Amino acid sequence: MTQGEIKDIVLKELVSIAPELEGEEIDPDLDFRDQFDFDSIDFLNFAIGVHEKLEIDIPEVDYPKMSSLTGCIAYLESRLSTTAKE
Amino acid sequence: MSEFLMPSLGADMESGILVEWMVKPGERIHRGDTVAVVETVKGIIDIEIYQDGVIDELRVQPGEKVPVGTVLATLIGEGEEMAVQQEPKAPEEKAPPEKPELAPIPPPAEPTRRHGPRISPAARRRAAALHVDLEAVIGTGPDGAITVQDVEQVSAETGPAAMRRAIAAAMTRSKREIPHYYLGTTVDLSYTLTWLERQNAERPITERMVYAVPLIKAVALALGKVPDLNGFWVKDHFEMSESVHVGVAISLRQGGLVAPALHDVQSKDLDTLMQEFHDLVNRTRTGHISLSEFTKPTITFTSLGEQGVEITYPIIYPPQVAIVGFGSIIERPWSIEGHIESRRVIKATLAADHRVSDGHSGAVFLNTVNKLLQKPEAL
Repeated sequence: MTQGEIKDIVLKELVSIAPELEGEEIDPDLDFRDQFDFDSIDFLNFAIGVHEKLEIDIPEVDYPKMSSLTGCIAYLESRLSTTAKE
Repeated sequence: MSEFLMPSLGADMESGILVEWMVKPGERIHRGDTVAVVETVKGIIDIEIYQDGVIDELRVQPGEKVPVGTVLATLIGEGEEMAVQQEPKAPEEKAPPEKPELAPIPPPAEPTRRHGPRISPAARRRAAALHVDLEAVIGTGPDGAITVQDVEQVSAETGPAAMRRAIAAAMTRSKREIPHYYLGTTVDLSYTLTWLERQNAERPITERMVYAVPLIKAVALALGKVPDLNGFWVKDHFEMSESVHVGVAISLRQGGLVAPALHDVQSKDLDTLMQEFHDLVNRTRTGHISLSEFTKPTITFTSLGEQGVEITYPIIYPPQVAIVGFGSIIERPWSIEGHIESRRVIKATLAADHRVSDGHSGAVFLNTVNKLLQKPEAL
């Protein structure tokens, strides 16, 4: 899966939680919590959505790595490549 | 014959709009069935019925806005059916006698308005801009299509501005009528969090728990010891509640907040509560809450910690008599038996109605919450 495909999935999940983001500019390095007012349930819904689309496990200790768009893409890319090797 | 009324979802609600009937005249209904969908300042609410019977007459049409207490429908209780067959009264039921009143009813048509309404692109844009949920809009255009005017009318009656007015009314009443007293304490949450992290590490993502859940459970259990914080102030006296229904303050993306209830919290395990909490937050944010969730909270729980504040000073939601607040989890040096350790702590606050309880009760309550949170596996 390419970075672009991962990004599309992540953006789609973000918009499903915060519909007002549709078509809006997203700062890739800013924390979701600060940028979209995400709370723990928003984040949980987001993480479950990504987990279901990409079929990978996301341990709770890794949640902080997924707190921004850039972080998410980097983390998910590395997760997908390790899962593929296993 | 009994009447089904436009319910009140709180002192601040004056009227509601009937969005949709989920039943038809002649249809047999059971206690707990959803019979109607009503739009209020608090969102779209599914209204349940509290008795068994047969729907007699629907008196309010979808789209009508009526005051609280208006008769929406009449129903025939169990055993009353014969009497009514002999004296039909509703005009639409002056059917030929060969048509039996209680004939089998075809399955209700799929409610079309709630999914994929006909709507003009301009109205859709307006709805997005005003944060209006299209499911709540009754179209008045050709073939029931939703127009810009329909969207604007719903926004004015039920949108963020209306919710703001409702919150203003409730909070003004609270500050005017309720003599609040406030107490606070710092709780070492490290045991609970470490326990939770261990649990979550072994669970798939869909079964993991957020830390609000043990907090809510501890609040409910502590109320068992201090029942004078749990219930309602009605007509100059306190009505204690046996059950603990915890209203959970949930902020909405478009602004404002609501606090629907988790029911019977004291008797449910944490996994059940997490499921119900998750579901309640999701339904609140998509606008599908049932009436009982709005009318029943016996106390409110608010957590503003995720927004990064250490302490909350909450205001009681009338007619309740107490509200519990939690701030953010912070790491602090903490002295335990002469040693200083870094611990994760949280500030718990209580605002309670001094007409009902005194500071001593409040202190016992917060102290009990604190103790319960030191043994999370027992929650």
